[in-house]
Amino acid sequence: MMKQLRTSGKTFAVIFMVAFLAACSGNTKQNQASQEAERRAQEAAAEAQRKEESLRDAISAAGDIIYFAYDSSVMTTEGRRVADAHIALLQTNNSNVKLEGHTDERGTREYNLALGERRANAVRDYMVVNGVSSGRIETVSYGEEDPVAMGSGEASWSQNRRVAIQ
Amino acid sequence: MKTFHSLFLSFVLLALVSSVRSELLIEITKGIDDPIPIAVVPFSWESRGAATEDFARVIESDLLRSGQFAPLSRLDMLSFPSAKEEVFFRDWRVLRAQYLLIGSALLQQNSLQIDYELLDVSKGKSIYSGSVFGKLSEQRVLSHRIADVIYRNLTGIPGAFATRLLYIAAERDSIGNDSFSLTLADSDGERPIVLLKSSEPIMSPSWAPSGDEVAYVSFESGRPAIYRQNLISGKRERLTNFSGLNSSPAWSPDGNYMAMVLSKDGNPDLYLMKLADRSLTRLTRHYAIDTEPAWMPDGKSLLFTSDRGGRPQIYRYEFKSGSTERVTFQGTYNARARVAADGRNIVLVHRKDRKYHIAVFDIVSNRLQIMTETNLDESPSIAPNGSMVLYSTKYRGRGILAAVSVDGGFKFRLPAREGDVREPAWSPYM
Repeated sequence: MMKQLRTSGKTFAVIFMVAFLAACSGNTKQNQASQEAERRAQEAAAEAQRKEESLRDAISAAGDIIYFAYDSSVMTTEGRRVADAHIALLQTNNSNVKLEGHTDERGTREYNLALGERRANAVRDYMVVNGVSSGRIETVSYGEEDPVAMGSGEASWSQNRRVAIQ
Repeated sequence: MKTFHSLFLSFVLLALVSSVRSELLIEITKGIDDPIPIAVVPFSWESRGAATEDFARVIESDLLRSGQFAPLSRLDMLSFPSAKEEVFFRDWRVLRAQYLLIGSALLQQNSLQIDYELLDVSKGKSIYSGSVFGKLSEQRVLSHRIADVIYRNLTGIPGAFATRLLYIAAERDSIGNDSFSLTLADSDGERPIVLLKSSEPIMSPSWAPSGDEVAYVSFESGRPAIYRQNLISGKRERLTNFSGLNSSPAWSPDGNYMAMVLSKDGNPDLYLMKLADRSLTRLTRHYAIDTEPAWMPDGKSLLFTSDRGGRPQIYRYEFKSGSTERVTFQGTYNARARVAADGRNIVLVHRKDRKYHIAVFDIVSNRLQIMTETNLDESPSIAPNGSMVLYSTKYRGRGILAAVSVDGGFKFRLPAREGDVREPAWSPYM
């Protein structure tokens, strides 16, 4: 009975060893797989980072300002190009965006406040059409109250008629 | 003897008054051809110590600023009478003064009494004599009241000197930080008081018809919101903070309602708020911009700016019918109307040859007349007596206030000592 037990103990030990070795060999395979996955994830992350960096580079190149013609809220080709750069990044993340509408100093202040809103809304609508959820976009108009250029001439006015993407 | 006494005092007064600084300066740019010559003699001071105000100077400046008077220089005066018995009419005839204003002020404890008399120089007789009473702190207001009476006696129109102005002052420092102030001052720009200071824009100041409350738009929360503020208690309340625009508050003539512009339902439309419970009624419903409401004096309709026809023009909304009709057809830009007390003449911003002028438009005859030659003019506000229009414009690269008489014959500038000033809002009679 004792011997039997011992035998069975040995047998048990052997089985255990086999099982352990088998397990070890399984672990090694799994380790290799997870390392591979991790490497791939790292590569993907690096790729995503490269992509985000390139999107951010595109934004840096395009800028954060969309300019408008006098008394107009129609986005120009150049304006859409700026918006496209921001949309491309917004499509890869969940961040929110604020659009600040501005006008030049000509005309009345309250009308300009409404015109600034119309410009911000034009950019918002363009972003929504291109897949950015409207819930992520906040618009605010400053009208002519916050000029970037203080002079009274087209050189200043053209800089002030803008939507700033923040 | 009294004359010499007054003369001495007047020098004391001049020295004192020159140290009082308002934010605004006054530069007359266009005078009328035949202003009424008047001599405003320094008032005598019948009390101990020196006077702290030059009453006659305040009155004289008011009359000068109305454009209808040519005050005689003090340096040309041969005497400073303060009672009719002391007046040598022949002297004033030689100086070609048509009218003479004399007066004396008496201070007892804190009570100030100013007696004054208006004399016709050619006839050598009195036209009007009166007295005003108040506290010492009201000495400028009392002086403006005298100017109001003189103005009414000689022009037939009530004066509007004892009124006040709201305006926005803005400064940008060397590192680009903005500072905005909502300022309250006397009608001559003196005694400015800052009601609100903010690093974010403040705009659209407007008066309650009672003259003891104001409304405005402040961006202090990061977006435009409408506030009301009591000038007596200082109590301040945010009325609206909807998403989108909260703009152009305009108190109804009875003080119970406020017209405003909200874009919470998609785009800028006119709304009416009942102030007692803040309930809102939407007045216009159009995909265009509707903004800048202004009440007709009878409270039955509103003028507003809309670009529903493609370009900004003035429209009229009638409460009873709910109908809207276009009012202006001259040119491609007419905006921000303000209605004179007669309910007939409206002042607005009109664009001509790519320049923005203040114009007066007669809604009965449909005649539009440009009042200003400057460019970038905006925010016209009419004096409660309908005589002058204050507006803002640009001068030498700075925002300044300017004024023009309703007939266009008289103009002056009110530049700030520092920074920009804009959006003047003339108070009702107080």
